[in-house]
Amino acid sequence: MASLNELRQIFFQECEEQLEELTDGLSELELLQPDHEPDPETINRMFRAVHSIKGGAASFSLDAITQYAHAFETILDELRSGKLTMSREIIPVFYRGADRLTDFIALGEAGSVPDVSELANDISEITALSSDSHQIGEVEFGDDCIAEFVPVALSFAADGADLSDTEHGNYSIKFKPTKALYSNGHEPVQLFRELETLGSVDISFSLGGAAAWDVNDPDISWHILLSSGCLESEVYEVFEFAHDLAEIQIEILKTEKPIFESSERPAPALSQLEINAGGLANAEEKETSPEKAKSAQKATVRVDLELVDELINMVGELVITQAVMTQSITESELSVSRQLATTLDDFKTLTRTIQERVMGIRAQSVKPLFQRMGRIVRETAQIAGKEVRFITEGEDTEVDRTVIERLVDPLTHILRNAIDHGLEHTDRRIEVGKVPNGSVKLSAAHRSGRVVIEVNDDGGGVNREKVLSSAIEKGLVSETAKLGDAEIDRLLFLPGFSTASAITNLSGRGVGMDVVNSEIRRLGGRVSIISTPGQGTTISISLPLTLAVLDGMVVNVANQTMVVPISAITETIRPEASKVHLIGPEARMISVRDLMLPIIDLGTIFGFEPERKLGQDGILLIVEDDKGDQFALAVDHILDQRQVVIKSLESNYGHVPYVAAATILGDGQIALIVDLDEITNEIPVAASVSPKPVRVSA
Amino acid sequence: MKTETSPEKGSKRELITFSIGQQDFCMDIMLVREIRGWTKVTMLPHSPADVLGVMNLRGAVVPIVDLSARLGLGACKPSKRDVIIIAHIGNQTVGFLVTAVSDIVGISPEEIQPMPKVGGLDENGFVQGIIASGDRTLRVLDISELAAAMAAEPVEA
Repeated sequence: MASLNELRQIFFQECEEQLEELTDGLSELELLQPDHEPDPETINRMFRAVHSIKGGAASFSLDAITQYAHAFETILDELRSGKLTMSREIIPVFYRGADRLTDFIALGEAGSVPDVSELANDISEITALSSDSHQIGEVEFGDDCIAEFVPVALSFAADGADLSDTEHGNYSIKFKPTKALYSNGHEPVQLFRELETLGSVDISFSLGGAAAWDVNDPDISWHILLSSGCLESEVYEVFEFAHDLAEIQIEILKTEKPIFESSERPAPALSQLEINAGGLANAEEKETSPEKAKSAQKATVRVDLELVDELINMVGELVITQAVMTQSITESELSVSRQLATTLDDFKTLTRTIQERVMGIRAQSVKPLFQRMGRIVRETAQIAGKEVRFITEGEDTEVDRTVIERLVDPLTHILRNAIDHGLEHTDRRIEVGKVPNGSVKLSAAHRSGRVVIEVNDDGGGVNREKVLSSAIEKGLVSETAKLGDAEIDRLLFLPGFSTASAITNLSGRGVGMDVVNSEIRRLGGRVSIISTPGQGTTISISLPLTLAVLDGMVVNVANQTMVVPISAITETIRPEASKVHLIGPEARMISVRDLMLPIIDLGTIFGFEPERKLGQDGILLIVEDDKGDQFALAVDHILDQRQVVIKSLESNYGHVPYVAAATILGDGQIALIVDLDEITNEIPVAASVSPKPVRVSA
Repeated sequence: MKTETSPEKGSKRELITFSIGQQDFCMDIMLVREIRGWTKVTMLPHSPADVLGVMNLRGAVVPIVDLSARLGLGACKPSKRDVIIIAHIGNQTVGFLVTAVSDIVGISPEEIQPMPKVGGLDENGFVQGIIASGDRTLRVLDISELAAAMAAEPVEA
């Protein structure tokens, strides 16, 4: 048996999923046209999510969560029963409610309890929505109500008034489990016991046909007569986890008065509902509709992240071993038979496929990240006093888990910027003829082996004049500089840049766009900005799919093999001696299409050898650093271009200057991966020469 | 140099003995993960002189330290006959280049004498004590101290 602690952990993990479901529903409601009725299934899903959280929290005695979820659930129930009509005003309250619930769950997970008065406040905010003030009185928030709290009994307490005159309903239940039910570890007896809690139960069973008794797949069906005053949905709830795995027929034997005022629901004398049939029209019964449930969730297994990482490491080794093996067989000069060659090829394909799949395990959809960002947008919009519509796209895009974690800060900053600086105030928007509500779109997509995440706002675009004058003021750009629009936009990413006139609560937190830029760089990605005056700004982040693998150019520097990340390389050139200019005693530059770029000799940087004469043998890699400055890196040869597996040097050794990490090449040797940003940031290219590229006046 | 290895462990420590050049040392065997032959390493730029480079140990990047240089016995030119002791210290895996590994001995703490003060040798900081057995002396190395010294020495260019 799992220990209580483990169960608790599972509960919190599930809470995460439920909260996701809740937020999903909210965004669906938000997108709804004002005069449209919300899809009952959406509200049902939200209700179910909150309900499950409440149930789980109650069993772990997490009272704050239970109480809050209960209040939330009550309101959702009113909404689905039609007592409360959907309106624009409800959504923000719901969002705040979802956020509060998230907070409480986080607190609960950390083992602390929220302030009671705060909790009461939060609860009263959400219950204030209720159409029926009398019911709010029934929901008490004292410490003493905790003891009385019985989650199952309360789940329909909101309908208590209507329920009181309901006659006892009797149900005839036919239950025929499939093999899957048993193999999933369900016990029919448990289900019957649960039914017993609802009322008196009379169970009979029949054995099927002539087939021999198979212990693993017994052909047996039960017929249960349940006489109780419970609701149909309660009966369905008992079979909630079994309905996919068994044939279940539930018939109501006695007339039951309609429970909800909602006219949608017919009150038949004998309504037969076959759960497996799926197409249930009623809002309430849909709760257990298997089709919906299937579309909402995929079968998943929870795995310890460490285990996955271990597996990934081992597969990485497998790939290396495979490469070493192939290489040594080819080099051994043995006559390789055709069969061996094919087998080797198959082996290679197989290992690569395994590697890809295993890497895929670490991948996660960006959905939780996006939902987290949704909260930031709401909070920011509130502080900035702007109304913002937050749209997300491509939530199912999968990215490496680590990448997702490290995207939180940069994205937060970009979104805050977009709302605070990008979007205009409502009156200004009306003035220029835009819809009063600004919108911010966050989207993710796979594009040519990379993930592209875009933040797009429909605000005023970058105020280039202001940016330029601010940059000149700060001495980041010379006054005479003539910059193109795109170049001005890029100034936003310069360290030390800030439009000082616009410091608000939100900006000026010490994190600039330059930090965003360098963080994305560290992930092996790039940030770019496209702005159209009056129409908005798009900031797009392009990232590698995983952090474990890097596209690298394998080069030779003074007989050492090194890897340069390809993402930074813009081109490679074989320099002509006439294009290389000596400036000062040591510094050399090369003119590439009228642009003078400082030359950095990798061999010198790493102390492998004294600077060698350039112009004959060497090759220059033109690279762009995180500030957008270009440099020419001198290497001896380019050997290969390949994906390399990143191995940490820090774990066993420590930081090596100008080296980002190590990798293992096909021959089993280790090669170092060059840290370009460290080189370009820290190396004074030459004391006498500005490290910035200088535009040659042609 | 045979010290009897009694079956009942008691308070005895098992030590692995090895030589660097002509001198004998030993270290706690519990730290040692494996012993392997010398293979070419990848040089680390701007590293201390006694860090020879890094080696691929089944997919992990392991730094190799020239123990001779580290102990101040002069740099050693690694050859195919040398061996590397792979030790696991804390969370780090480190390889030490030595000339040869000879034996495993069980030593009770009383047999370890404090290291006499011999003026200003680099190794003194890394030697826990000395064992006299027969005609040889074994110095007990404090490997954690060695590894800690390595991590704390990121030498800037």
